[in-house]
Amino acid sequence: MTAILPPSDRLWWKHPMDRQETIWIIISFIWCMVMFAMMVGWHFFGKQNLATETYKVDPAAFAERAEAFAKKYTVRTETEQEVPVVAPPEGSDVYMIGRLWNWWPILELEKGKTYKLHMTSMDYNHGFSLQPINLNIQVVPGYEHVIKVTPNESGTYAIVCNEFCGIGHHEMVGRLYVK
Amino acid sequence: MTVSTTYRTCPRSGLQFEDQAEKLIKANAFTAIVALLVGGILALGVVLTRWPAVHLLAADTFYMVLTAHGLDMLIYWMIFFEVAVMYFAASTLLRCRIATPKIAWLGYWLMLIGAVVNNIAVFQGESSVMMTSYVPMMAHWSFYLGLVVFAVGALIACAVFFGTLVVAKREKTYEGSIPLVTFGAMTAAIIAVFTLLSGAIILVPTLFLSWGLVQNVDPLAYRVIWWALGHSSQQINVATHISIWYAVAAIVLGAKPMSERVSRGAFLLYILFLQLASAHHILADPGVSTEWKIVNTSYFMYFAVLASMIHALSVPGAMEVAQRAKGFNKGLFEWLRKAPWGNPVFSSIFISLVGFGFLGGITGVMMGTEQLNLLIHNTIYVPGHFHATVVIGTTMTFMGLTYFLVPVLFRREIINPGLARLQPFLFGFAMYAFTIVMMGAGTLGVSRRHWDMAFNGNALAYEWPGAAYLMMGLVGITGVIAIIGGAVFIYLVVGSLLWGKRLDGGKVSNTFTFLNRAAPSAPLQTYGSAGFVAPGTFVLTMIFLLTFILYYFVNWKYLGQLWGLS
Repeated sequence: MTAILPPSDRLWWKHPMDRQETIWIIISFIWCMVMFAMMVGWHFFGKQNLATETYKVDPAAFAERAEAFAKKYTVRTETEQEVPVVAPPEGSDVYMIGRLWNWWPILELEKGKTYKLHMTSMDYNHGFSLQPINLNIQVVPGYEHVIKVTPNESGTYAIVCNEFCGIGHHEMVGRLYVK
Repeated sequence: MTVSTTYRTCPRSGLQFEDQAEKLIKANAFTAIVALLVGGILALGVVLTRWPAVHLLAADTFYMVLTAHGLDMLIYWMIFFEVAVMYFAASTLLRCRIATPKIAWLGYWLMLIGAVVNNIAVFQGESSVMMTSYVPMMAHWSFYLGLVVFAVGALIACAVFFGTLVVAKREKTYEGSIPLVTFGAMTAAIIAVFTLLSGAIILVPTLFLSWGLVQNVDPLAYRVIWWALGHSSQQINVATHISIWYAVAAIVLGAKPMSERVSRGAFLLYILFLQLASAHHILADPGVSTEWKIVNTSYFMYFAVLASMIHALSVPGAMEVAQRAKGFNKGLFEWLRKAPWGNPVFSSIFISLVGFGFLGGITGVMMGTEQLNLLIHNTIYVPGHFHATVVIGTTMTFMGLTYFLVPVLFRREIINPGLARLQPFLFGFAMYAFTIVMMGAGTLGVSRRHWDMAFNGNALAYEWPGAAYLMMGLVGITGVIAIIGGAVFIYLVVGSLLWGKRLDGGKVSNTFTFLNRAAPSAPLQTYGSAGFVAPGTFVLTMIFLLTFILYYFVNWKYLGQLWGLS
């Protein structure tokens, strides 16, 4: 019962290592280094990396820019709330607001084209969860996150809020079209 | 220095309990089990609401219940039990008196008052902010006050633990170095101090914010510092439950660590690296640089992963060596087949060990990878993962230890031994299934902390694939079975304390018996095969590694098919 007794030699760091443990530690260490390389390497070879372009932002100022953007490119409105469907040109700045409890506006993007998506929250933390492809990004109030997105498949997508934001959290669903 | 106290030598285990320490261990362990009971009842509300066909609670009740479930399980059940383990590892294992028993009781009462105040705040309904309580979403001030008071009590308990180590050293109750299990508990206590101080840094200003004394707590800074509390607190659990794995291997099988240097070195890696890796909760956040994410979650986290992989070999390896020494030497796995599966102390620990590694460990690394995190951040995959680590890992281990403590510490025989033999399998395998279906639903995108996956009445509603509904139905069914397994545990423990046969307490003496160091053991290389002392364990760890590699790259492949982001 030696794990609960003082070790037979006082200086435990001088205990011999068993060959089996040494081999396992070497294997594990190599595997950890492979994982380390994957994470760094994906920034060079992979296409899915979160941009770290972020600005501190006043929610009201952001909302003003988002409204101007929506006004400029709205093509139609949907639902009883008349949410604008906004179709911006390739390469432009695209705005998305998360607030209690909706995503605004509805975007209409084109497959294979790249957009600069600006996101922030007007109030609490929200979670941008793009379905059905399952891409999840945290939306933090006071911070404007700018991500270049390139949709690779056309269809109708939903943006589900997956960060708890109060009693109406489950009603917070948005939409996004890719042509 | 003489202090008047008594020492009881347990006739069944040979352990020696100092009077004050014994009372403190009992009080903390019992309070922990009460918290587990409350959390378990709340769990029923959670799973029955997330089971789409049942959808039991109203939205506001559901979020309240979910908040309380998280706090009672992750904080109160675990930390009360950990304090009991700390006092056990210091006072009982070193055969010394506990340092400053009065202050230890003060710590206990502060923890209890904090826990009660916090629970009341939640059940009043104005504090459904989840365990993470991200600002600017605010709870009632008493919610934060309860947490802070509890944390102060827990810090006092850590101080008493360190004081007890000093007492043992000064009064020379043992010879040589502290035992491995005490060493593991010490790493847990060091991590606990770091964690609780991080909690103070962020929760105290938030408390002031709720009183209107502070104007603003930055939401991103809150998230970063909160996770230094939120994740590191899980590391207290890991260090504690791995210490218990070593303790149970020693108590039940007479196992000794394969190498003290390796096992202790792995505990040290936890102290040095895991706290920083709590940054992996911020991987999908704006405002922190790629370099910061990589340094913290890759460079630092993988050293902690390495530590866990070391224990993954060392703990079952020690068991295998001990079993082979007893003659269970045939083939690769006779040692495992002939293990005491009928003893709930052992079976709990082994089911915990395997589940923690395969289900908790692998998924944790996947989530902690910067880009792969995009696939599962805030989906129900996350609770799937942490139920594998904290329920299968920590809770099951604590349950196993409780089966040992009921006769040894509370001096009662376990009632209904047949049911006790069954309970770890019922609870453990139900939890295995529960975590797997949760992860399955998360892979399909289902959100965590979400009341209605059907989005009823929403104009822009999204229809989840049928498989997601199926998975969430299975979450409900397996969750209910696991809760039944937990209820059986509570019944057995509380029943034994009330009606179990009283056992002889053993000799009581006024002085401690000196603790000699372990006898040097024969060289390990006398059994095993192909130059391995524990060949069966080596095969198991290789299977683990292959599963790990496969799962890791499958996720990268899936990630590679998503929209381009930069």
